[in-house]
Amino acid sequence: MSQQNPTLKDEEWRYADAKALAALSPDTFEAWRDIDVAPGETHRECFVLHAAEPSLTRIRAKVGEGARLELFAVNLGGDYTRMEVITRLETGAHFEFGGVTIGGGDAVREFVTRTTHDEPEATSNQVVRAVHWGEATGNFLGAINVGRGGQRTDAAQDFKALVLEKGAAANAKPELEIFADDVKCAHGAAIGQMDEMARYYMASRGIAPDLAKKLLVRAFIADALAALEDEREAERLLDTALAVLDDAEAMIA
Amino acid sequence: MLKIENLHAEITGDSGAKEILKGLSLEVNAGEIHAIMGPNGAGKSTLAYVLGGRPGYEVTQGTVTFNGKDLLDMEPHERAALGMFLGFQYPVEIPGVSNVQFLREALNSQRRARGEELLSGGEFLKLAKQKAGLLKLDMEMLKRNVNVGFSGGEKKRNEMVQMGILDPAFAVLDETDSGLDIDALKVVGEGINAIMRKGDKAVLLITHYQRLLDYVEPDFVHILSAGQIVKTGGADLAKQLEAEGYDEVMAA
Repeated sequence: MSQQNPTLKDEEWRYADAKALAALSPDTFEAWRDIDVAPGETHRECFVLHAAEPSLTRIRAKVGEGARLELFAVNLGGDYTRMEVITRLETGAHFEFGGVTIGGGDAVREFVTRTTHDEPEATSNQVVRAVHWGEATGNFLGAINVGRGGQRTDAAQDFKALVLEKGAAANAKPELEIFADDVKCAHGAAIGQMDEMARYYMASRGIAPDLAKKLLVRAFIADALAALEDEREAERLLDTALAVLDDAEAMIA
Repeated sequence: MLKIENLHAEITGDSGAKEILKGLSLEVNAGEIHAIMGPNGAGKSTLAYVLGGRPGYEVTQGTVTFNGKDLLDMEPHERAALGMFLGFQYPVEIPGVSNVQFLREALNSQRRARGEELLSGGEFLKLAKQKAGLLKLDMEMLKRNVNVGFSGGEKKRNEMVQMGILDPAFAVLDETDSGLDIDALKVVGEGINAIMRKGDKAVLLITHYQRLLDYVEPDFVHILSAGQIVKTGGADLAKQLEAEGYDEVMAA
């Protein structure tokens, strides 16, 4: 009960919103949701995180032998919004994660994952895209832990951020800890701006700047949802994310 | 159709503004094909970009009217809707956006701006297939992302397919022939003729070489040097340039 809320000094919270952390009730941090995927089963779930108040979504998952866990999330919260996924993979299991943080204002929106490969032949793939403007921040903190038993692990992590305006920011913190010797672990992180030449090329063909921007942002975030087999659900998530951009355009106009 | 008068333009780079066009004047009427040739650094591509409204290219003096309207006062997408097409020397890659999606958005944006009816997916695909066939570009390539993984020649042919689909009134083609092999050059030349050689259309062809002009015979050839048109002639001027070089022809 006397446990203190985490602060920015804690590695896994270093890019969080300090004020929001201090204000959240301590119970919030204990509210873990457990997902247990039985051997050979597939569990797929999509999330749209849109709370107006600071919010945490904390998931602890165990993926049984040969099972798959597929999580896709669009994070467009109006205030500090964090989704955390801790996954333990058994032999031959797979974890697929696709995340999008999008939005303006001054909110911090983040995904934090810790994926443990302690058993052989498990695979994981994580693709996160961040699109921000105003004074917003998008973060991806992704840890991959491969234990001694995690031979023939194949783990990949890919983060890209599009910063649309000066003042917005993105942070990437990949963290790989590997104790097995026959392992593939790939990670990449890139933070950049809108491709102005692509926008001009589109304009030269008659596409107005706001539509060009929308098409480019759509293409950018679609990567995070490419592994979602349910195309209608993927479209729904994409449209939900892009609606935030439309609202922002409407406010500027 | 297009009237350029005393055009001065500069590019702003790291070392400040640099004037590239220094009083260029040119008039292109409907039904005409004009070629602009000139040594490296003469301002050929700058002229293309100024006409296309590329950011960073600033007009400091002069006027450009297109069908009586002030072209320089318009945004790039507005120029396109009026029928201006710019064929890029280096076509841009757009990952994640397919050619089909890109061109349908482009065509429908233009049609919307002109108050015309929009094309359905089926109607658009039919049109795209026809124009791709004209330029001998595999329809499969149009389903791929815009210019991503295309060879230099494929990118240029794709520019011409785009021109065919958008059906502009006026095309500025910036070194569309560079990077093409001999067969592709012929295909592109024939494509330009098929799409643009009409009484109500005109073309400004920017090129280094005479070869494309064997297929697309120009009505006028202009030599651009140091930001100005220094000499104008007929199709034979290009042949003379090829034989004698810029220095000799300009000195004559």
